[in-house]
Amino acid sequence: MYPANFDYHRASSVQEALAMMAENPDLKVIAGGHSLLPAMRLRLAQPPALLDVFGLEELRGIRREGDVFVVGAMTTHAQVLRSELPLFPEVAHEVGDPMVRNRGTIGGSLAHADPSADYPAAALALGVEFVIRGPGGERTVPADEMFVGMFESAVGLGELLTHIRIPASVRGSAYEKFKHPASHYAIAGVAVVRHADGEIRAAYTGAGERAERLPLLEERLNAGQPAGEGLVDAANLLGDRFASPEYRAHLVDVLAGRAAARV
Amino acid sequence: MTDRTDKYMGQALKRKEDPRFITGAGQYTDDFVLHGMLHAAMVRSPYAHARITGIDKSSVEDMPGVHAVLTGEDVAAAGTGPIPVGWLLPELKVPPHHAVAQGEVNHVGDIVAVVVADTRAQAEDAAAMLAVDYEALPSVALGSAALEDGAPQVHDDVPGNVAFRWEIGDEAALNEAFGRAHKTVKVNLRNHRLVPNAIEPRASLAQFSPASGEYLLYTTSQNPHIHRLILAAFVLNIPEHKLRVISPDVGGGFGSKIFQYQEEVIVLLAARLLGKPVKWAARRSESFVSDMQGRDHESEAELAVDAEGRMLGLRVNTVANLGAYLTLFAPAVPTYLYGTLLNGVYKFPAVHAKVTGVVTNTVPVDAYRGAGRPEATYLVERVVDVMAHELGMDPAEFRRINFIQPDEFPYQTPVALVYDSGNYEPALDMALDMMKYPDLRAEQERMKGTGKILGIGVISYVEACGLAPSALVGQLGAQAGQWESSLVRVHPTGKVELYTGSHSHGQGHETAFPQIAADELQIPIEDIDLIHGDTGRMPYGWGTYGSRSAAVGGSALKVALQKITAKAKKIAAHLLEASEEDVEHAEGVFRVKGAPGQQKTFFDVALMAHLAHNLPEGLEPGLEATAFYDPKNFVYPFGTHIAVVEIDTDTGHVKLRNYGCVDDCGPLINPLIVEGQVHGGIAQGAGQALWEDAAYDDEGNFLAGTFMEYAVPRADDLPSFETGHTVTPSPHNPLGVKGIGESGTIASSAAVANAVMDALWHECRIPHLDMPYTSEKVWRAIRDARGAGLGQAADD
Repeated sequence: MYPANFDYHRASSVQEALAMMAENPDLKVIAGGHSLLPAMRLRLAQPPALLDVFGLEELRGIRREGDVFVVGAMTTHAQVLRSELPLFPEVAHEVGDPMVRNRGTIGGSLAHADPSADYPAAALALGVEFVIRGPGGERTVPADEMFVGMFESAVGLGELLTHIRIPASVRGSAYEKFKHPASHYAIAGVAVVRHADGEIRAAYTGAGERAERLPLLEERLNAGQPAGEGLVDAANLLGDRFASPEYRAHLVDVLAGRAAARV
Repeated sequence: MTDRTDKYMGQALKRKEDPRFITGAGQYTDDFVLHGMLHAAMVRSPYAHARITGIDKSSVEDMPGVHAVLTGEDVAAAGTGPIPVGWLLPELKVPPHHAVAQGEVNHVGDIVAVVVADTRAQAEDAAAMLAVDYEALPSVALGSAALEDGAPQVHDDVPGNVAFRWEIGDEAALNEAFGRAHKTVKVNLRNHRLVPNAIEPRASLAQFSPASGEYLLYTTSQNPHIHRLILAAFVLNIPEHKLRVISPDVGGGFGSKIFQYQEEVIVLLAARLLGKPVKWAARRSESFVSDMQGRDHESEAELAVDAEGRMLGLRVNTVANLGAYLTLFAPAVPTYLYGTLLNGVYKFPAVHAKVTGVVTNTVPVDAYRGAGRPEATYLVERVVDVMAHELGMDPAEFRRINFIQPDEFPYQTPVALVYDSGNYEPALDMALDMMKYPDLRAEQERMKGTGKILGIGVISYVEACGLAPSALVGQLGAQAGQWESSLVRVHPTGKVELYTGSHSHGQGHETAFPQIAADELQIPIEDIDLIHGDTGRMPYGWGTYGSRSAAVGGSALKVALQKITAKAKKIAAHLLEASEEDVEHAEGVFRVKGAPGQQKTFFDVALMAHLAHNLPEGLEPGLEATAFYDPKNFVYPFGTHIAVVEIDTDTGHVKLRNYGCVDDCGPLINPLIVEGQVHGGIAQGAGQALWEDAAYDDEGNFLAGTFMEYAVPRADDLPSFETGHTVTPSPHNPLGVKGIGESGTIASSAAVANAVMDALWHECRIPHLDMPYTSEKVWRAIRDARGAGLGQAADD
C-alpha cells in the first residue's frame, strides 16, 4: 500500500535467480524482508523490481560437514535460535521479536550489512566463511572481508549469498549487546570467541559504520590480560541523539569486559 | 440504594467487547467501505516554516486514477472556515488554522495539498509526485527560544510568539510566605514532548448526499458530537442535523482523538465537491507529525519550607509550547488543567504560577492522557523530593507531615480548586507496606559499591477529573458544556439499550455501563447493551476525556435508570393493586412488602408499559428515560505510587525493577477494567520518564518520526505492577465514583523520575536531571559527578 510501485518476481532455484539477475540488473533481492520492506514502506527504498528468494528450499537449513556447520542463507533467525551452532543462537535471541525471527533470515541480515545488526560481530569473532554464487560461479569470502561499509557487503551485483560456513566447535563464546531503546538494534555489541585451538577472536558491531574485529582486545585476552579500556577510537564511531561516539566507545569497553568474562 | 443489592457493581467481569476485538471482528473506521469510494492522500510539508510559492497541479493530474488535487485556495473558495479553538482565555491570540495551508506552512507535517484518487496506492503515488515550491522561512521549535528577542515569528498575528500570559494564585501572599522561609530550593524542569501513539491511526470516511444535503462522517473520535458541532456550525456552515458523525470501534485515543483535525474537514469537503465518498487513513508516519502532541513545558519551580519542614509556598513559572496552531483544548491544558493542580496533596499557605503559552514551528500540542496534571504532578513531586533530599528528610515522611488532613475536606486550595474528598495518609501507608519500603532503603545502602545503584521514587498525587460543572468551565473560557446525557430504552421484552454521550475507545464502557444498569434494574447483564459513538442515535454528549465517563456519563446513566425504576415501580404497584409505598424493588422483582408471592418481574412491567392495556391513570405508555447530568464539581482521585529502579553505573542503563501503587478512585465499578487502566497508565508514564521523546532540532525538524527513533515501552521493559486501592467516595455524584483513566500516567512519570533521581542523589548528590533518563545522560551525570568528587564509594 505505502511503497512506490514495484514489480515482483519469485525464483524457483538459485540457478534461476542468478539467471534472472543477469538479465535484469534492476532486481533487488528480497529474503525475509525485515529490513527492505520497512525502508520501502517509508519510500526510503524504491526498487523498481524485487526478486524473492525466501522460498528457496536449497538455501534453507543447517547441516554438519565435518568440523563446520553449513547454514543456508534463507535459514530463519528462529531456526538459528533452536540450532546447535556456536554463539549464533545466543545472538539470534537478540534479533527483533518472535515475529521477526520467524521471517527474517541469517543470510538476508548478513548480506544487508546493517551496521547495527547483531550477527556481523558473531560472524567476525567466529571467523565464518561466506559462500557466494554469481554469474562466474561460486567463491568463498572470509568474514574479515565480508563487511565492506555501511549497508555494503562483499556480495556483489548479480550475486547471491547462498551459505555460511561456521566452525562447529569452539571452547567458549559470548555476545553482549546494548540496545537502542526504540529500535532494539545494537548501539554496541561485542562478540568474543575462544576457538578450538585456544585463540581468542573478538569483534564489535553497532558502534561504527561496519562491524570490525577488536585487535587490541584480542591481543590482551590472548596474552591473558583483562579487556581494559580504549579498545576502539571514538573518532571512528557513529553518533546520534541516543549515543555519542564517545559513549559508544565506552560501551564497547564495558561490553568487551563482560563478554570476555564469560569465555 | 437501600432497596437494591450490588450484584454487578464491583465485579471484575471480563469485558463484553473483548471477544470481537481479539478475534479481529471489530469495526474500525478504515473497515467501512462505501460504494464508489475514493481515497485521499495528504501532501505534507517537509519544512517547519515556509512560504508556498507554487503548486503545480498538472504535475499529477494525469497520473492514473487521480480525480482531484485540492489546495488551500480550493478550500477557501468552497467557503470552508478555519478550525476554531474550543477554550478561550483573555487576550488569547489565535492564528487561523485552515484545513489546508493557505500560503504558509508552520510545522513539518502541515497539510499543503490533498490528492484524491480511485485507490489509496494511486493517491499516495500522486501525493509523492506533486510539485510544490517552497521558500523556507526562519523557524523555531523550543518554547523558550521562541520568546527570545529576535526569534523567528511563527505567525504575523501572534506578536512575540506569545499566545497568552496567564497566572493563578496570590503572588503577594506567596512572596510573604517566602519571606519567612527557613529554606528554599529552586529547580528548572523540562517536561518534554510526547507523541500519543494510539494503536489505531486516525481515519475518516465522508459521504455527501446531494438529494438531502446530508453528510455522513465515519471518524476516529472520542467525542462525535463535538466534531459534529464544530464541523457543522464553524467549518462547513451547515445545520448540524445535516451531519451525522459515527465514531465506531476506535483503537485508543489518549486524548489525541478529541480534537477537530484538518483531515476530517478535507474528506467532507472532497466528498461534496467530487460527489463520491472519500476516505483517508493515516499512515503511522503521518500520525507522528499530525496527531496533536503532548506536554512540552519548561518551568522554574521554587519551594519554601519552615524550620519544621512544613511547606510554605510554591512559585512556578512555566513556558508552555503550544506548537504551530491552537487546537481545541490547547489553551486550557497548561492553565486550568495544570496551574490549578500545583497545590498537590499539600497544605500550602500560598501557591502562585505564571504560564506563558508560546507558538512554535512544531506539531500542535493539546490534551494527552492526563493533560496538564502529569505536568503539575511531575513538577510538584520532583521539587518536593529535591527539598526532602536537601533537608535530609525521608521523602515519604516529608510528604506525610504536609498532607491535607481528612477532616479538612472539602478543601479550598490557593489555586482555585475545591477538593471534594480525600484521605491521603492511608494510601501512602498502604503503598509503603506493599513495597516494603524500609527493606528497600536497607537494600539501597547494601548495594553501594556494587556497580549498581538502587533508587526509590515515592510520589503522592491528586488530580482533578470528571470534567466538569458546565457553568464553571464556561466562566473559565470553555466554549462547550461539560454535562453528559444518557438515554435508557426498555423494550417490551425487558431487554434494555443504554445510550451514552460518553465514548469507549478502550475504556470498556460496554461492560461497565451495563454493570451499573444491571444493578439498578436488577436484571441480568446479558439483557443490556450499550450504544455509543453515533450522533444519529444519541441525544447529545460531550464525549470521553479527562477521566469523565464514569463520573459524569455514569452518573447521567444512573439518573436515567432511576427514572426508569421509578416509573416501573408505579406500573408494578398498579398491577399488584398495592400502593406504591408498599412495593419494594428487591431480588430482581417488584413485590408487595410482607406479602410473599405478590410480585411482578421487570419483564412483566416492561411488557405492560408497552401494551398499555392496564396502566395507572394518567401514566404515559412506554418505558424510556433520558437524563442530562451536570456535575457539581470535579472529582479528585489520589494515591501514592512507588517506583524502584536499578542503575548500571558502567553504562547508565536504568532498569525499572519494581512498581507499586495505591490509587483511590472511589468505588470501583469493574476492578479488572480499573486494573487495566492503571497498568496502561503506569506504562505510559514510565515511557515518558525513561524512553519516549518527541524531539525536534532547533529549527523544528522532527527527529523521532518512526518507532525506530521513538521508544515506546515494551512488555519486557516493565516489571509486574503491584496495585492496591483505598476507597474514598466522591460526595457529590450519585455513584460516588472518581476517575481512573489518567491516574497511572499522572503519577508514574513523577514516580519513575524520583526513583532515578533518588539513586543519583544517594550515589553522587545530583539534585535534578530532566526526563527522559537515557543511558548516556545518566552515565555522563555519574561520571561528571564522580570527576567532581561528589561520588560516594566509587565502585570502579
